[in-house]
Amino acid sequence: MSDTPVNEMSFEQAMGELEAVVGQLESGDVELEASIKLYERGAALKKRCEEKLKDAEEKVAAITLDEAGEAKGTTPVEGL
Amino acid sequence: MSDLFEEDGDESAPESGGNAPEFTVSELSGAIKRVIEGEFARVRVRGEIGRVSLPRSGHVYLDLKDERNVISGVIWKGVAARLATQPEEGLEVIAVGRLTTFGGQSKYQIVIEDIRPAGVGALMAMLEKRKKALEAEGLFASERKRPLPYLPEVIGVITSPSGAVIRDILHRLRDRFPRKVLIWPVAVQGEKCAAEVVRAIEGFNRFEKGGAMPRPDLLIVARGGGSIEDLWGFNEEIVARAAAASDIPLISAVGHETDTTLIDFVSDRRAPTPTAAAELAVPVRLELLAWVDGQDARLTRGMTQAIGVRRQRLADLARALPKPASLVASAAQRLDIWGERLPKALIAAAQRKRLRLADAAGLLRPAALARAMRDRRDRLRIAAGRLAPGLRRATRDRQRELERQLGRLRVSVLQRDVARHRDAFDQLATRLAHAGTAQVMGWNTRLEALERLRQTLGYRETLKRGYAVVHGEDGVITTRKAAEAARSLEIEFADGRLKPTQRPARRATEKPPEQGSLF
Repeated sequence: MSDTPVNEMSFEQAMGELEAVVGQLESGDVELEASIKLYERGAALKKRCEEKLKDAEEKVAAITLDEAGEAKGTTPVEGL
Repeated sequence: MSDLFEEDGDESAPESGGNAPEFTVSELSGAIKRVIEGEFARVRVRGEIGRVSLPRSGHVYLDLKDERNVISGVIWKGVAARLATQPEEGLEVIAVGRLTTFGGQSKYQIVIEDIRPAGVGALMAMLEKRKKALEAEGLFASERKRPLPYLPEVIGVITSPSGAVIRDILHRLRDRFPRKVLIWPVAVQGEKCAAEVVRAIEGFNRFEKGGAMPRPDLLIVARGGGSIEDLWGFNEEIVARAAAASDIPLISAVGHETDTTLIDFVSDRRAPTPTAAAELAVPVRLELLAWVDGQDARLTRGMTQAIGVRRQRLADLARALPKPASLVASAAQRLDIWGERLPKALIAAAQRKRLRLADAAGLLRPAALARAMRDRRDRLRIAAGRLAPGLRRATRDRQRELERQLGRLRVSVLQRDVARHRDAFDQLATRLAHAGTAQVMGWNTRLEALERLRQTLGYRETLKRGYAVVHGEDGVITTRKAAEAARSLEIEFADGRLKPTQRPARRATEKPPEQGSLF
């Protein structure tokens, strides 16, 4: 298991962990207490995944450039 | 030109034997310059670029050649900066320009205004050459390719801000997983293209994570389809090198599926179209939500099963466990049976006892009892009647015996016995005294003889005759060696012991330890 706290995991990390947890739980050779812990961890990981999936806001901006062609700032882009 | 020859021809003919006019070198050089510049003020020439030199001045000097001839060429600094195709040795080109002469060195050259590859074949040949060079450097190696982030937060798109490409990318991102997108506008064709793409890639890499302009997790360099010349900017070496140097993983999506540009070889992933790039960039959100739901269901099922399996086992084990009631049932039944039989048995036993009591009580009638008492009393009376005469007769018998014994008891008989016994005693005592004295005297004689013998044999008698005994701390010393080793010596004489006050000196010890030497 990874040491990263669940609420700091990237979606991919949380996803991989969740998959591992589910696999372990399904294998059935886990003690009851351990399987309860696994279940709780799985629930936390699932929550993290959902948070990451909920966070799906589109925001498009274009870089504005100065005379030298270097990035100066951004300007929102709409209607594309 | 013809005027010049005609005029001069008329005047100078007599001196030279003909009508050929005479020029100074400069006049001729100038005339040639006029002719050449007038005649070739704008030419298109096809040839292969030979040697190219790029001095600091910024002007570009090169040769154009074919199998037999060479023409020198120059591209002035201002022109060189905006050329779409940079001259490269070996490239077959069509150059457009004007001819001019350089009188000081009797040379002519072409001043090139524009230069382009001489057709697709030439471009492809050059592209192949670049590809080989970069491949040899290892820039295309698969181990250089980095995995794309699974779910990038910010995506940087380097493309034209207007047009179908960015629209396609944004649409597909929206469909799959809406994200933050930063568009870095660049020219996607023409001479500025390569430099702007390079600046964009480098610019994005300089952004900081979480800054005002957030650093993207993924870059997409995109352009729609076009001719090879249109896409040429993405074949430039500087673009390929910038893409290879990018720390941010980069997807290239230039042209259509069949167009492969140099950047495609160095990018981490190549997408055949801009839409495909968006598909590579993000997963489908709805699918992930479904996946998470699926995992959740599996999680719950797994947990339920974990509990279910145990519940089942518990039930199975519980079934195997005999019922408490069944454990005591037979005992309870036996208790019932015995419990039922107990009062009956009690009653039966009581009845039996009562019967025996009745039997016994039947015998125990007062009349029978009185008769038995009467019998006993009669026997008692008879015995009592015989008691007194019996006693008297026994007393009389004993008295009579006593008197008879007394008659035999006389003192003289006793005295005679005593006197006889005393004589025997006195005799024995006398004999004992004699025997004892004689024995003691014999023992004394033997003892004195033995003492004398002992004294004669003992060493002390010898001492009286002048001998002495030497004692050490551990007993009698009999050798010289032992005397030397002894720490102290003591000499015994007949009349006592003496300790020599001084141990004999070494010299003395060399002599035998005779008694005389000690004195």
